[in-house]
Amino acid sequence: MTSTLPGLLDTEAIRKDFPILDRVVHDGAKLVYLDNAATSQKPTQVLDALADYYERHNANVHRGVHVLAEEATALYESARDKVAEFINAPSRDEVVFTKNASESLNLVANMLGWADEPYRVERGTEIVITEMEHHSNIVPWQLLAQRTGAELKWFGLTDGGRLDVSGVDELITERTKVVALTLVSNIMGTINPLEPIIRRAQEVGALVVVDASQAAPHMPLDVQDLQADFVAFTGHKMCGPTGIGVLWGRQELLEDLPPFLGGGEMIETVTMHSSTYAPAPHKFEAGTPPVAQAVGLGVAVDYLSAIGMDRIWQHEHALTEYAVRRLREIPDLRIIGPDSAEDRGATISFTLGDIHPHDVGQVLDEQGIAVRVGHHCARPVCLRYGIPATTRASFYLYNTPAEVDALADGLEHVRNFFA
Amino acid sequence: MKLDSMYQDVILDHYKHPHGRGLRDGDAEAHHTNPTCGDEITLRVRYDGETIQDVSYEGQGCSISQASASVLNELLVGKELPEARRIQDTFLELMQSKGQIEQADIDVMEDVLEDAVAFAGVSKYPARVKCALLSWMAWKDATAQVFSEKERGAA
Repeated sequence: MTSTLPGLLDTEAIRKDFPILDRVVHDGAKLVYLDNAATSQKPTQVLDALADYYERHNANVHRGVHVLAEEATALYESARDKVAEFINAPSRDEVVFTKNASESLNLVANMLGWADEPYRVERGTEIVITEMEHHSNIVPWQLLAQRTGAELKWFGLTDGGRLDVSGVDELITERTKVVALTLVSNIMGTINPLEPIIRRAQEVGALVVVDASQAAPHMPLDVQDLQADFVAFTGHKMCGPTGIGVLWGRQELLEDLPPFLGGGEMIETVTMHSSTYAPAPHKFEAGTPPVAQAVGLGVAVDYLSAIGMDRIWQHEHALTEYAVRRLREIPDLRIIGPDSAEDRGATISFTLGDIHPHDVGQVLDEQGIAVRVGHHCARPVCLRYGIPATTRASFYLYNTPAEVDALADGLEHVRNFFA
Repeated sequence: MKLDSMYQDVILDHYKHPHGRGLRDGDAEAHHTNPTCGDEITLRVRYDGETIQDVSYEGQGCSISQASASVLNELLVGKELPEARRIQDTFLELMQSKGQIEQADIDVMEDVLEDAVAFAGVSKYPARVKCALLSWMAWKDATAQVFSEKERGAA
């Protein structure tokens, strides 16, 4: 029955690339990995690339004239090319490697704190975020507001788990310097309508920073279509290694804005009195970068592109439709966020009667089902909906309808256990 | 490792039928949270000299954190402070044992811990140890407030 869902990928073939998915846990339970919004698993292609890099090419980059240094530099920089192509960046120089999306977002916040006019965030100006942000897109802006005296404002949420954009014209004003928001909610899966927000921001001359951490792994991402000024995402949620993130920024902004971290790699000349800086993206990549991780991300991007982001999106959409349907059949289960598959990604949060998510997660784990429980680094969302925490199941390209069934059956077992 | 070793009947009983739940008058209050999961507890202590008259609490959280608060209430109310501290230390030792503790040692602890010894299984799950300790840390904190105030009052 379920295998006939339209739009599914050939998961049997894909799963062969992910040996970890064959693991058996807790004395005989087959692993059902539904914690992809936290991190994805890695295909052997990426794992092999990491090993190959260290076994054959390892050297520091952008320095040294020996063979290995040149190979390592070429590999690192070709990863930048691959990422630029993946997000349709107009120029490879607009792709800055960081260690994760949090660093990318902190980098932007710090650029804007130190910037000259017209970008400078200071007393009398405003920063606008939303109530559904991951903490990594809240706290850097709180810090910036506290340090500069700027005012922090935010879009609220509707009861249905959507961004309330009705007050966009009042919220984003002539004083607004920056609007930072997520494309896809990490806790509710909601896909946000960025167009009216970006249009308003452009009207008042505010910069727009998009957290695409939950979008880049799952759907085609075209930074030119998006029309934002900065886009942040992380490698480890999209089949890449940990320790590598991306900040895409419009070239003229990267040229105009000041560096944040200082050190090797990011300079042009240094005297004891002052320094001049390398052009972007190197201006923002102080110190030895995560070379192997960047190489791994490049291979991950190749892997995803070979399957096709459109097809991955269709697969996840089909799974989401099926999962929402199955979950809604479970008594006492309340989906936190959109309760249909429309305009949402494959991340579904829910509560189950009075059973605490920790207990839900633990009893699911005993059946081999890995989900995330807690507030998912988006505590304001839990406060908004009056709940301490949620259980979150999140799907990816290798998940199957049978795994949705395993989750639904597992939740029935949880209900019986605490009945 | 079987789940039954964590969710002992004793624990599920305390979770479903908690002892002494609800906030009542006290000499000091502590509010503790477990930021990784959102468990919260507000706990008050009331002393008569060094005798624990009442431990009242309100909170939200998982079965382990809620059952642990219930067990704490049952164990500590009526005890003298030194004895209560010995129970708390023993419970802490049990929870930090990573499931490596010998059955013989657990048997010895049971004399001190009574129902709380059922949490031995929880110590194997690092993510849940904090849940079990939440109310005990709140109790320790509230108690420290009471006695530091008394010392200041006496000085």
